[in-house]
Amino acid sequence: MTEPLLKVENLQTQFRTEGGLVKAVDDVSFEVQPGETFALVGESGCGKSVTALSIMGLIPNPPGEIVSGKIEFNGVDLLKLSGREMREIRGSKIGMIFQEPMSSLNPVLTIQSQLTEALRIHTDLSKNATNDRAVELVDMVGIADAKTRMKQYPHQLSGGQRQRIMIAMAMSCTPQLLIADEATTALDVTIQAQILDLMKDVTEQSGTALLIITHNLGIVARYANRVAVMYAGKLREVGEAVEMYTEPRHPYTIGLLRSVPRLDSEKGTPLAPIAGEIPDLTNLPSGCAFSPRCGWAVDKCFEESPLLEETSSGKKVACFEHQSVALNVQ
Amino acid sequence: MAVISDSSNEWELAPPFSTRLKGMFGSTYRAAKRDLVLAAAISVLLVGLFLAVFAPTLARTDYERTDPVNRMLAPNSHNWFGTDNWGRDVFDRTIVGTRMSFLVGFSVTLISTVLGVGIALVISYFRILDAVMMRFVDGFLAFPTILLALALISLIGPSVGNVIIALSVTATAGKIRLVRGAVLSLRESTYVEAAKAVGVPIPRILLLHILPNIVGIIIVQATFTLASAILAEASLSFLGAGVPEYVPSWGNIIATGQGYIQVGFHISFFPGLFLTTTVLAVVLIGDSVRDHLDPRLRGRLKTTAAQQ
Repeated sequence: MTEPLLKVENLQTQFRTEGGLVKAVDDVSFEVQPGETFALVGESGCGKSVTALSIMGLIPNPPGEIVSGKIEFNGVDLLKLSGREMREIRGSKIGMIFQEPMSSLNPVLTIQSQLTEALRIHTDLSKNATNDRAVELVDMVGIADAKTRMKQYPHQLSGGQRQRIMIAMAMSCTPQLLIADEATTALDVTIQAQILDLMKDVTEQSGTALLIITHNLGIVARYANRVAVMYAGKLREVGEAVEMYTEPRHPYTIGLLRSVPRLDSEKGTPLAPIAGEIPDLTNLPSGCAFSPRCGWAVDKCFEESPLLEETSSGKKVACFEHQSVALNVQ
Repeated sequence: MAVISDSSNEWELAPPFSTRLKGMFGSTYRAAKRDLVLAAAISVLLVGLFLAVFAPTLARTDYERTDPVNRMLAPNSHNWFGTDNWGRDVFDRTIVGTRMSFLVGFSVTLISTVLGVGIALVISYFRILDAVMMRFVDGFLAFPTILLALALISLIGPSVGNVIIALSVTATAGKIRLVRGAVLSLRESTYVEAAKAVGVPIPRILLLHILPNIVGIIIVQATFTLASAILAEASLSFLGAGVPEYVPSWGNIIATGQGYIQVGFHISFFPGLFLTTTVLAVVLIGDSVRDHLDPRLRGRLKTTAAQQ
């Protein structure tokens, strides 16, 4: 196995809120290989975005704080870097795309000035060269008439086009890792597919690894190589994307899969949403955080929190009952 | 890895901002063509500016020299606004007084805007500095402007420069509060987050990503500062804490006329009229600029126009 591009180890990010301490990311470890597409899946509030922001070094402090763990990028622990060193990595080595294409572009700056911002900061290119590169980028993300777009303002573009511009911005310095934080959630379904295809294309072309953060399992199936399922700040299941569908091992993953409508299900089959609600992060249940909602839970689940362990098939699951779950599913 | 390039390069992002300004003047012109009130207000201000620059050469008399023989004349064909208790021509003194009002008004506006915006941008990124500074601002804003200005003037002595300083201090406090609030809310916006994610250093975020977004409110606030500074200068002069009595200023002339209001109300009336008209014009322009800068408001104006 090659050296991973990104190696997150035992990451713990907490927020001090008025309601108490929130362990938004609790002991999360995963690796992203160079050039692969890795998906981080989970419900809202499970800590996906906080994981992404932790990697970017953009956790607002206070109230947030990364209490322990390591985030190694190319073998360098990002958490040990100074503010300036981290800033030099952001945008040049790691790019990020945000959830809201409508508000992630500055309304008063032209497309050109926003697209060239990263190049101005991270490279020594001349003004003309950065402008040429910006036109190239807009071409690359499939927006027609790139030259006239340069002088336009964000409100003159559609949501899909804006997200394309965001991709162009994030890719402008050809980063090694692109983080897409719910990048397609705010778009309608047809555009979602286009944007995902585009992200996949541009990252493949430049050998950039893609970290997709989403709650949408449909996206994962089609685009990701590997998947990590997150619940209440912890990883519950990590494995190959295909396996996540063929042999899910964590009750939560199964719950997620069942709550998505499928074309191949029989007519009239009701959707099976996961019972209950995501727990209050300031006051997590003892034992496994999913136990109150879990159909497989045994006494032990309410007392101890299971660790992420490798199963015989090579995937990792954090569940005491994963063997009986496995039997039950098939 | 390149660090931010030289400082001249820093401003190369300015074009979009300047085009925006240009667009703003263009749309102001178009708006003025549609909106007669705005057109009138702008004309008043332009006439005022003209007088402020050229009044001393336009004056037909020596507006500081007393002429007791012709004192307290009512408005007539020679002395259009009459003469005051020392026989000085009120018309000449009033138009020359424009200079003082505009000088103080524009200086205070410029100083307080530059200082206020600068300080607000800096403190918005340093929590402790912000907490300390805002307590000072609260303190300043707790006093009525005129009272604070009076106190400062009595401390440093009455002169044009000191009037400008005293009024700038209070105006700056208001500006800091306004701009800081706007910066704090913009700082949380996704596009600022996105700029950070691209590695933009904080000073650059403040100047190039946040500042252009608040130009609108700054300009609008500036017009109100201009109006209130002109009023405050007149008030200070009226109270005798402004410029010396022989220097014509609207406040001074009104103060002079106060004692003779029953025998010669023209002395106070004309400078008062100039004062009111100017302040009204400035406030109307401010209103109009605000309406045209706020995209939501602009949309609403269009729909109401369409409905009518």
